Amino acid sequence: MLAVLLVAGATRAERPSLRVGSKSFTESYILAEIVAQIIDEAGEARAERRLGLGGTGLAWGALAGGAIDIYPEYTGTIAQAILKDPALTSVGAMRAALGAQGVVVSEPLGFDNTYALAVRRDEASRLGLRVISDLARHPGLRAAFDAGFLERADGWPGLQRHYGLRFADVRVMEHALTYPALADGRVDVIDVFSTDGQLARLDLVLLADDRRFFPDYTAVLLARRDLAERFPQTWAALQRRLGGRINNAAMAQLNALADLERRSFAEAAATFLGRRSGETPQRRGGELARLTLEHLQLVAVSLTAAVLLGLPLGILAARRRRLAQAELMGVGVIQTIPALALLSFMIPLFGIGQVPALVALSLYALLPIVRTTHAGISSLDPRLIEMTTVLGLRGWRRLAWIELPLASVTIMAGIKTSAVLTVGTATLAAFVGGGGYGTLIVTGLALNDVRTILAGAIPAAVMALVIHAAFEALDRLVVPRALRAAASAAR
Amino acid sequence: MIALRHVTKRFGDRVALDDISLTVEPGRTHVLLGSSGSGKSTILRIVLGLVRPDAGEVSIDTDGASGPPTRHIGYVVQEGALYPHLTAARNVMLPARAAGWSAERQSARLEALAALVELYPELLARYPHELSGGQQQRVSLMRALMLDPPILLLDEPLGALDPIIRASLQTELVRIFGELRKTVVLVTHDVREAFVFGSVITLLNHGRIVQQGTLADLAQRPADPFVSEFLRAQAPPPAMTRDLRP
Repeated sequence: MLAVLLVAGATRAERPSLRVGSKSFTESYILAEIVAQIIDEAGEARAERRLGLGGTGLAWGALAGGAIDIYPEYTGTIAQAILKDPALTSVGAMRAALGAQGVVVSEPLGFDNTYALAVRRDEASRLGLRVISDLARHPGLRAAFDAGFLERADGWPGLQRHYGLRFADVRVMEHALTYPALADGRVDVIDVFSTDGQLARLDLVLLADDRRFFPDYTAVLLARRDLAERFPQTWAALQRRLGGRINNAAMAQLNALADLERRSFAEAAATFLGRRSGETPQRRGGELARLTLEHLQLVAVSLTAAVLLGLPLGILAARRRRLAQAELMGVGVIQTIPALALLSFMIPLFGIGQVPALVALSLYALLPIVRTTHAGISSLDPRLIEMTTVLGLRGWRRLAWIELPLASVTIMAGIKTSAVLTVGTATLAAFVGGGGYGTLIVTGLALNDVRTILAGAIPAAVMALVIHAAFEALDRLVVPRALRAAASAAR
Repeated sequence: MIALRHVTKRFGDRVALDDISLTVEPGRTHVLLGSSGSGKSTILRIVLGLVRPDAGEVSIDTDGASGPPTRHIGYVVQEGALYPHLTAARNVMLPARAAGWSAERQSARLEALAALVELYPELLARYPHELSGGQQQRVSLMRALMLDPPILLLDEPLGALDPIIRASLQTELVRIFGELRKTVVLVTHDVREAFVFGSVITLLNHGRIVQQGTLADLAQRPADPFVSEFLRAQAPPPAMTRDLRP
């Protein structure tokens, strides 16, 4: 037994790794887990999980850029968001278009995660509802739709025209609340995603899209071609065990395991693969320590880079008044780029993982440091600065002996602000696979599980406080004694 | 010797100095007298090279002194302009540190200067905000003298002090200038101070020289009604002088 474990451990270490990606919602996490477990079982490679990437742009960017090898995607998304050709509908056509980019498309997995309309089973049998067309004969029904569905062209407005539907009442409602409303009989029709975990729990009927209005969101795997070439058995195993093997009901069951029964994605995946989930990977304790280390690393490295870059930039701005305007504006503009967008810009340049996160975080941390350095130095008493010339202090001496010490209180305040902001912003690193506390927050958001979100958010808040306190202590080292006394007297 | 020839300086539309010609003899104390805005501080700043004149020439002849002009000119301003993050000693030694003096040479000079300006050596370990205004000005003077420059420029050095301290420091400065035999230019708006310090007084008004001479010259042979007006404005009220007469 021990020998087997040792051998397994040894071969495991030698095997090349395959990086499995997912987006940050339950179904994507579960499918990626299934893929990862099949890869490990096939024995050619070792799965490395890069889960929870923050959206199609990031996941596709990571695959195209070679930062991940495989991830689950939907045909509708491939046509509209990746190939930007809504006319493409067949998997064959997508396979040809993506093949040109070195990406292979698996057999469809067997389910279609698209919009659908749901009614209660008793109501369906009483009124004889089987397909969406049947609804046109019952204008007395009441509907509740989620805001997105109510507004999108491929949602209610289009559907209404396509089928000629009319309801007695159409109200807007939060998606999570539509299920209880339907179950209680407060409404009769709701919009759902066809693999929602809730569908497996409530006795509902999905009405078939008989006049084919909703676009297809058939699940497939996208992989880099060299995966299929270098690991033929693994690719074959994935095709064999997943191609056409998961129908809508099965996917809804798996989603329900994670969303409603609070099982881990790995457990849900193991259930599908027909295994009892052996080792629940060491939960919280060890994980929190690892995430703390990752998060601290993100903050420390990016803040150091920001200080090393921001101080000279701030000094330069204080020296050249013309340049200062352009420079401060440039740094300010970076700050206005939404964090997720900035992160996604990094992917083509740096792939996914810690590096793009570090670059983005450093850029974000720059503004307060550059600003306070510039303000601190250029607001010094001009008589004191003029005296440096008279005393023969020039260049670096003037900077190191007079200007930086005098401006240190202000500059340190900027660095402190940056540090605390970075602890918060670093939680977004998880969207590009950068690790840290954000991993828990992203997972928690996918599961709509407040406890998991807090498990990431609370340590992040604590770290922000600790770092703030650490910088207060650092002030004692950096700020000259007399200036500290003056500053606290002014307070 | 310091010589200004036909020096003119404008700040925007305002004429700060209008065709100023002035000679300061070596080893003498020369007072620039005038109210604020008369241009007296600008003259010092031009001599220091902090301000460039629009027209005219400035020549400074300090026989034998070399290096950048600031090495042979000491400068003291109102309220001292001491660096708040450095102790008094560090402030004083700053120019010597920049000039690359050895630590021994620096502390020896520091000690000698403390004795000259009569500052308790233990005060040198204090920060400027822990010193009185008079002590700060003594430290500031020490800093100006650190490199032993032949020329000393003082811009209202006692302007921010209360009258009693001011009077005693005036007496002391006169003694120090006498001992050092340096070329001193002192700027003040105070007629009494001009009288205490200056063998030569230059009275300025709106960027022009009104009259140059001893106080007696100014009082007895005013070049201009402004001279008498300026002196009268600062004279003690007649009733007071009568009462003080023995």
